[in-house]
Amino acid sequence: MPEKFFHPPKSLKDTPFHYCPGCSHSIAHRVLCEVIDELGIQEKALGIASIGCSCFLYFYIDVDIVEAPHGRACAAATGAKRANPDMVVFTYQGDGDFGAIGWGESFHAALRGEKITAIMMNNTLYGMTGGQASPTTIPEQKTTTTPFGKDPSESGYPLRAAEILAGLEGVAFSGRFALNNPKRILETKKAIKKAFLAQIKGLGFGFVEILSACPINWKMDPISALKRVDELTQVFPLGTFKDEVKEGQP
Amino acid sequence: MKLEVILSGFGGQGILFAGNLLAQTGMVADYNVTYLPVYGPEMRGGTCNCTVIISDKEIASPIVKKPSFLIIMNYPSLVKFLPRLKHNGRAIINSDLVSSESVEDLEALKKKYRLYFVPVNSLAESIEKPFLANLCMIGAFYKITGLFSKEQFKKALKAILGEKKAHLFEPNLKAFELGAEYIESHYSASKKGKCKSRK
Amino acid sequence: MTAKKRILVKGAEAIALGALKADVDCYFGYPITPQSDIPELMARELPKRGKVFLQAESELAAINMVLGAAATGKRAMTTSSSPGISLMGEAFSYIAALELPAVVVNVMRGGPGLGGIEVSQGDYFQAVKGGGHGDYHLLVLAPCNAQEQYEFTARAFELAEKYRNPVMVLSDAILAQMKEPLELKKLKIKRYSVEEWALTGAKGRPSRFIRSLFLDAEELKEKNLTLQKKYKKMEKEARAEFIIEGGEEVIVVAFGSMARLAKEACEILKQKGYAVGMIRPITLFPFPKKAIEKVLEASAERPPVFIVPELNCGQMVEDVKLCVEGRAKVISLPYPPSVIPFPEDLEKEIKKCLKSSSIRQRA
Ligand code: SF4
Repeated sequence: MPEKFFHPPKSLKDTPFHYCPGCSHSIAHRVLCEVIDELGIQEKALGIASIGCSCFLYFYIDVDIVEAPHGRACAAATGAKRANPDMVVFTYQGDGDFGAIGWGESFHAALRGEKITAIMMNNTLYGMTGGQASPTTIPEQKTTTTPFGKDPSESGYPLRAAEILAGLEGVAFSGRFALNNPKRILETKKAIKKAFLAQIKGLGFGFVEILSACPINWKMDPISALKRVDELTQVFPLGTFKDEVKEGQP
Repeated sequence: MKLEVILSGFGGQGILFAGNLLAQTGMVADYNVTYLPVYGPEMRGGTCNCTVIISDKEIASPIVKKPSFLIIMNYPSLVKFLPRLKHNGRAIINSDLVSSESVEDLEALKKKYRLYFVPVNSLAESIEKPFLANLCMIGAFYKITGLFSKEQFKKALKAILGEKKAHLFEPNLKAFELGAEYIESHYSASKKGKCKSRK
Repeated sequence: MTAKKRILVKGAEAIALGALKADVDCYFGYPITPQSDIPELMARELPKRGKVFLQAESELAAINMVLGAAATGKRAMTTSSSPGISLMGEAFSYIAALELPAVVVNVMRGGPGLGGIEVSQGDYFQAVKGGGHGDYHLLVLAPCNAQEQYEFTARAFELAEKYRNPVMVLSDAILAQMKEPLELKKLKIKRYSVEEWALTGAKGRPSRFIRSLFLDAEELKEKNLTLQKKYKKMEKEARAEFIIEGGEEVIVVAFGSMARLAKEACEILKQKGYAVGMIRPITLFPFPKKAIEKVLEASAERPPVFIVPELNCGQMVEDVKLCVEGRAKVISLPYPPSVIPFPEDLEKEIKKCLKSSSIRQRA
């Protein structure tokens, strides 16, 4: 028998993903689980699922998970973490959940420097409900609610969450990453790890924004969708905007 | 025994403090009490009143249409509440702000009610504590009703002032005594109508 | 009267003390009149005990913080007043669906909209119907004095854990702002084990999740039926104060502040020789049907008139009518916010109702 040297992460359940082909959620889940394994936090992690395509988070990730109302994940995470400082609490949200309906809760949790980790999947629209515009929809982008292309003077400019949160004292890690090539996947993983370390070391709020592909609502094949993520980086530049997490030190 | 007291005056005259203290004293004297503050949006200068009920039975309604006792600190309060006083009810009136001459039909009123005019401002000023006129009122109330003992009052005062304001205990007590003495020396005849102190 | 050890406190403080008595782990809240004495007391006391106090950025956030803490099995609560409670409606529905224990206090003020800060019972419907979307209920307790506000708030934690359901203590501006003596009684508040369900980390057991999303129709149906069974079970918690001797011509049904005024009005009526009784619902959901049933059974020949005075435009009267099922006359005495009747006024109104109804009976 050849030696098996590649395993799926321990904290990833053996359930087929329900996500559309080419969707970034699957990769993000996997990367998140690798981090959970590497940090050895599966037994003390609490995930807060949100409303959106990833609301079934609990079917895939093998940690305790509770579902929060739309947009309220960071508030629920705050409550759980304050009540249990020894737990590792994270949210997994979309751009609509985190940045539109939940911006108040997200922003204030960051402002207070809650020791939690938030992951925001930014695919520039509402995926689950069929591709309506969100605060991250870019100028001229067509969605079902911006059928003629988004006019920012009317519908608003794209929300750059990672940059905004980086400006808050309570935030220990904030950055924007992508999953459309192996190098970026590895960078995303590193960032998620730091966002967790920010909480584990008690430094503050850890935030990772991930540019994600939504081929279905972008009306593209998966390969073109990956290319479009590259284009998106012109509006949403990749990078770490704040990092107070020194690696190595416990 | 059930006594419904409305205390009323300008905001800043210590009405709520007095009401609170009265309720606290009633409780120390082992009565059932309710204290319901009602005050306008103005913190100072506005009208302000509160209702204190002291009873040896369970108190149902904390609001009172016809009180049996009034503590009146200014003229607008007299106008507002005297018409609501129960027949044979009693009222202590701040005679520094409401002179007996300024009260219309005083003789007729005197037949209906027992009125006590006490110059609480002057009394408080005599000990250089003008803001303690409210305590003079409580002292007068104590002497008129005999609902509680001086010891019980002292206990209540101590509890309300707490540690932070413990230094105010003596001046408060002094003002209380002045109010009581004024009733003693000016209305001693009314002793007849006095309730029995609780054992 | 035997000398008891009592302290003079605002009802709002009694609520906070009750929660502390029940060893509440976390308080999340947002300031609003007339209940801010509660968070203020909690802010002083909880940190001393190594417990959590957090002022949230909104009522919306506060109740969802409660949700998060409750999911981990901790005793969590929030308090607010009418408009703030409206904001929490969505989360009530979620917490009920997720079957988490939580305690919520509503110190009612006048509505609708911003309304006013005076006393009101205008949120009766909102409380007993749940306040949010879907088929669910809160268990609703209606105290009427400082002592009950203390005891019911403490008891609410036990009930919340027993049924894994949000419990609401429905107070109001008078009850919360009035000072009354409070006896800090020792209360036996049972702590139900949360081990079976709490999300405390998947250590030594498989991971768990708590959800309310059921896209499968059959699953969602099952979820609803389970919840309904639970609400049925809750019926045994129904309680009422019963001031009835038999042979009454009138039964006044009132809760909270209004019950205090009504009790006095009934006293006056009794002194004048009227046969008046009173039922004070202590639980509003479940509604104490049996108390009303008992009266009707005892007076099948000549049922009394039920008079329902409320500090709103007539809400609880609907529940009374549901219990009476047409077997007796039910009259609503509505008092919208700011129109608080004195007991004497109430007494006159009740007499008026009596006259008009007896005329009709004779006709
Ligand atoms: S709709 Fe978009 S975000 Fe949702 S699963 Fe499909 S591809 Fe992924």
